[in-house]
Amino acid sequence: MARDAKKMSAPAKSAKAAAKPFKALVTHSEELPLHKKLLLSMHDTMVKARCLEERLIAMYKTGHGYFWIGGPGEEAFNVPLGLLIKKGMGPAFDYLHFHYRQSATLLAMGEEPLGAIRQMKNTATDPYSGGRNFAGHFSKKEWNITPVSSPIEVQYAMAPGTALVQKRFGGDGISIVTGGDAGTAEGDFASCLVWSSRPGQELPVLILVTNNRWGISTPYEQTQGVERISDRGVAFGMKTKTIDGNDPISAYLELKEAMEYVRTERKPYLVEARVSRLYGHSSASGANFATNEADCITVFEAKLEKAGMLTREQAKAVRDRYTEELADLARAVKEEAFPDGSTIWDHVFHGEPGRDPFA
Amino acid sequence: MANMAQAVRMALHFAEENLGVTDIFGEDVGMPLGGVFTCTQGLKTTWNTPLDERGIIGMAMGIAMAGGKPIAEIQFCDYIFNTIDLLKLAGNTQWSSNGQWNLPMVVMTPVGSGIRGSIYHSHSIDATATHIAGWKIVMPSTPLDAYGLLLSACKETNPVMFLIPKALMRIRGQELIPGEPGEDKALSKLIDAPLGDRTRWAPQWPALEDVSIPIGKAKTVRSGSQLTVVSYGRTLPLCAQAAEVLAADGIDAEVIDLRSLWPYDWEAIKASVEKTGRVIFVNEDTEVTNFGEHLVRRVVDDLFFKLLAPPKLLAGKFLPGIGLADPLELASVPQQSDIEKAMRALAAVQP
Repeated sequence: MARDAKKMSAPAKSAKAAAKPFKALVTHSEELPLHKKLLLSMHDTMVKARCLEERLIAMYKTGHGYFWIGGPGEEAFNVPLGLLIKKGMGPAFDYLHFHYRQSATLLAMGEEPLGAIRQMKNTATDPYSGGRNFAGHFSKKEWNITPVSSPIEVQYAMAPGTALVQKRFGGDGISIVTGGDAGTAEGDFASCLVWSSRPGQELPVLILVTNNRWGISTPYEQTQGVERISDRGVAFGMKTKTIDGNDPISAYLELKEAMEYVRTERKPYLVEARVSRLYGHSSASGANFATNEADCITVFEAKLEKAGMLTREQAKAVRDRYTEELADLARAVKEEAFPDGSTIWDHVFHGEPGRDPFA
Repeated sequence: MANMAQAVRMALHFAEENLGVTDIFGEDVGMPLGGVFTCTQGLKTTWNTPLDERGIIGMAMGIAMAGGKPIAEIQFCDYIFNTIDLLKLAGNTQWSSNGQWNLPMVVMTPVGSGIRGSIYHSHSIDATATHIAGWKIVMPSTPLDAYGLLLSACKETNPVMFLIPKALMRIRGQELIPGEPGEDKALSKLIDAPLGDRTRWAPQWPALEDVSIPIGKAKTVRSGSQLTVVSYGRTLPLCAQAAEVLAADGIDAEVIDLRSLWPYDWEAIKASVEKTGRVIFVNEDTEVTNFGEHLVRRVVDDLFFKLLAPPKLLAGKFLPGIGLADPLELASVPQQSDIEKAMRALAAVQP
């Protein structure tokens, strides 16, 4: 009864609880065990990704896009992830089954931010969907980035499929799937655990959950009784851990360890990363800055400053530069054309010219 | 002559040997059972999955994304409904990525009534399936068509749904599949798994040929001049038999086996209706928002002034399920007598 009563607590209280760190969180926050060059590069990309998301939000708010959704607040996890990915096309490389909060990962992989801006503006030049899909719904076949879709968690049902081909293919390519904590309530998450851990037929899937402790407006405590989502993998005999996704150093080291395991053992690993959600779920909830959640960039900058690697002025200069660059890019796409209505029939079927079947 | 289950099995064998099929999988699809209808016995690339339809469709999508050629089975289409949003996703992956990702995958599933399968082994899926854009949908009514359509499905670079009318699964064909021995027992001896221990059994495949049937092509199974009957799957042979009965009474019906539901052979329907002026569409899915309703709409739109009678649809009753008891099933989905009655009525209409 006491447990139920706690779960049923008022949303305000739960929101406060959401800021609490997990018990036994794997963290490296007191050390700087990575090389300065890597640390500064991660900082640079984190800021770039934040500036990109903030530009996309600004575009939404000024009528240059219908809807915004993205991943500001997850940069400390998403940037190391992108740096560690084996990028390329085909089963020798990593297959990426992302959700819609992954822009920082793409930037860390070397993607230019222009495409994300074009997708926000739904121009014909949008390289991911040609103006068909929302912001953050990336797709890039040259890098094995499978199309991001809006239904929550479907990507978890597909990841074992690419991983099966990779296991047969050999090499060290793996399938990486990302999603949020709320979506783990969907059956597709359970499917991923079941299909990637069949005894003797385990699959090289890196199963990632970024836990921001929210599902749109509903606090985690109201919907799920499992304290650590990573514990769900224990029942399937897979390796699991819950890490501090707000610290890029922890995230880098922990992801590296997990990825190396999946690459070499060809078995799954479930990693839950505790992250912040800094601009709410999407533009549907206003996309305003959340002052009650830790900002991974601010925390990381303080750490770098303490270590004598980055001054406040330098950090500000990085931010100012990207803010300006992204504003310029947004201006540049302002006049780009929308896709023509006549193109709706294109790509309904592969290998066939698009045509209205009733015309 | 092969039955449909054997024809499917031979097509799958041909496809794994010649068409690059990498995985044939689903619940109980691998040995020792080889499918609850025996469609997948003795094949090289079959395997058994967890009892998880969403996982099965997701697996097929993933394999297709990574360059494999999967054939996923949903054991009965009654159990495919929890995968609808994955089917939608498979159908829109090529479109939503603006042409980047195509999914060469086949989903095969037994459909329809006729085995006294009660509420959850009698469903039809054609109305739902034809509502999901981005898929090609085929449904054979003979073993030879099953063989040829499945080969075409395996050659596709788009998702294909291969619907197998389960009532016809054990019906022997009238036409020989090139390569199969003509004698029933001889084929059974070669490719049917024995009862009991199957661990040492291996099929002896006949030398099969590539006789694929193009997707989108209907077949006129009976030529006639007075009315057109368009059907597919279980109800198709009933329509053909009804036409023979009516012929004795001087009613000359043309019977078209649509075979492909999407894309479908409008030219074949059009040419026939222009000739007869009367058309009835027959299928067994529930009649509200039925695929046949679309065909009726198209006839009205495009051929109104060629018609001598209102176009008709004979379909399953709009019920939550098909009851187990014989009279319940017979009263729920079109039977030959219902088809005869509807055809006679249509033939009698005078403008």
